[in-house]
Amino acid sequence: MSSVPGNMAEGRGFYRALVFRRQAILVGIVAALFLSTCADLALGPARYSLGEVFAALFTPDAVDVQARVILWEIRMPVALMALTVGASLAVAGAQMQTILSNPLASPFTLGISAGASFGAALALAFGVVLVPAAVDYVIPINAFVMAMLTSFLIHTLSMRRGVTIETIVLLGIAMVFVFNSLMALIQFFADQQAVSAVVFWTMGSLTKATWTKLWISTGVLALVLPLLARHGWALTAMRLGDAKAESMGVNPKALRLEVLVLVSVLAAIAVCFVGTIGFIGLVGPHVARILVGEDQRFFLPGAALCGALLLSVGSVLSKMILPGTIIPIGIVTSLVGIPFFLYLILNKKSSTW
Amino acid sequence: MVGLQLDRLTARYGSEEILREVTTPRFPGGQVVGLLGPNAAGKSTLFRRIFGLLKGGGAVCVDGAESSRPIVYMPQDTGANAALTVYESVLLARMQGRRLKVSDEDLDRVDATLAELGISEIAKRELGNLSGGQRQMVGAAQALVQQPEILLLDEPTAALDLNRQIGFLALLKRIARDRGMLILVALHDLGHALRFTDQAMLLQSGRLVDCGPTASVITSDTLWRVYGVKARIEPCSRGVPQLIVEMPD
Repeated sequence: MSSVPGNMAEGRGFYRALVFRRQAILVGIVAALFLSTCADLALGPARYSLGEVFAALFTPDAVDVQARVILWEIRMPVALMALTVGASLAVAGAQMQTILSNPLASPFTLGISAGASFGAALALAFGVVLVPAAVDYVIPINAFVMAMLTSFLIHTLSMRRGVTIETIVLLGIAMVFVFNSLMALIQFFADQQAVSAVVFWTMGSLTKATWTKLWISTGVLALVLPLLARHGWALTAMRLGDAKAESMGVNPKALRLEVLVLVSVLAAIAVCFVGTIGFIGLVGPHVARILVGEDQRFFLPGAALCGALLLSVGSVLSKMILPGTIIPIGIVTSLVGIPFFLYLILNKKSSTW
Repeated sequence: MVGLQLDRLTARYGSEEILREVTTPRFPGGQVVGLLGPNAAGKSTLFRRIFGLLKGGGAVCVDGAESSRPIVYMPQDTGANAALTVYESVLLARMQGRRLKVSDEDLDRVDATLAELGISEIAKRELGNLSGGQRQMVGAAQALVQQPEILLLDEPTAALDLNRQIGFLALLKRIARDRGMLILVALHDLGHALRFTDQAMLLQSGRLVDCGPTASVITSDTLWRVYGVKARIEPCSRGVPQLIVEMPD
């Protein structure tokens, strides 16, 4: 057990190299995001070359009015919404997995998406308005309210004595089944047209995006990210187990509650504007974990960027699979993402989870 | 130098009393104190109470400490798998409550701790790929990197092989002496306790049965009363006291 000077310098060099590699990966994802967003802008009923997209982006006055309107007013909110919603869902999933020590935790498996769907369905099928609001916002607000009620219910139940973190995930899954039954009930009683609307909403679609919705969801993301980053070391410590985290001075119960509230809002905002997109919140964090590890200084931005990239690429593919048709994004992300995900988890070297 | 004294310490889970008025003399820095007792005697509870994770009656009196957080506690390993390398997990323990930015000084401390424990070669491994013994050494590194003045170790040798057990306990003794650190260590191996600890506390059902120099605590009488084991303590040919257990009838 004698100290070896050679080893000491080596450890420090190893860590610096590790940090550099992670930063490089994050920069790489940002570059990929930029390309994917440009492709997303170029594709659609009217196709533009990447050159035209760049021109419209950087010198909007030099391109003709039609291209400018299509790119800036119609496609830009959708393309950017993919980034914000993808990032929000993946960050929410990442922190749920972190604080609940469960690889299956995500906005979808905790019932937040299902709650949102139920709220939206109430408005779509029966015109039930939970909070009076402008016509454009009745459905998102209904969805948001139900999503928050779901997470509030889960918080309340989880505060009871003897409820472990494993129980919280089971509660979430129970909520999913409850809302699925309620959704079936609504579809049973609603008329044909309303049923179509409900089904379409639950498939998830970015085409509902507008600049206002984009600003709201981006604003919430921009507020929540620094609040999570502040707890970077503590959140990383949570992955060593409550006992270890406590011994390092973290208060796991208080941190868990605060983070659960923050990510519930994040997920609810994302889901209420675009509908159910289940895959990103579960897989985005896993991809980030494989790429940059679980040190939150890299994991948090990594999860956000991976989620944004997955949804942006999904948006591009949803326009390419059947030319002339935009397939609902919720369908595309799962179908295209799962082979990629399987490749990653079956090829990784370490045994995380 | 730092010192620790426990004064009528109690703790309870719900209505169940786990610690019953544990009072000790002052343990001075520079010593290794063994915390002994059968399973469920309250050893982990006592550590959690001293560290402040459990509320209860009585007082934990620390004197002569230089830092604001002199006590560091290493719980038993629960085997969590995080996507972190050993190096990162040790750095993590040092960085709690600090800024997000890591300085060269922090990295030097991690390197020195890993080298001291002889685990520099596993620094690049991920936590999920470690053996039980390696995990335990990483846990010790996570505790030592925080530069404690009083260190509470909960069964740190349970998963180690004989060589590592001896090496680790000898290292604890040296660290305690060299740095004036007070180390409380929960042990099941009474032979190791006789060999490596200066003093011992013997717990049974949350009560302190005996406390003092280890050789005076581990006797045929207390072994029979607390563990229900018939045993003798006899010096070996070199005069070192050894524990000899007799077969049950």
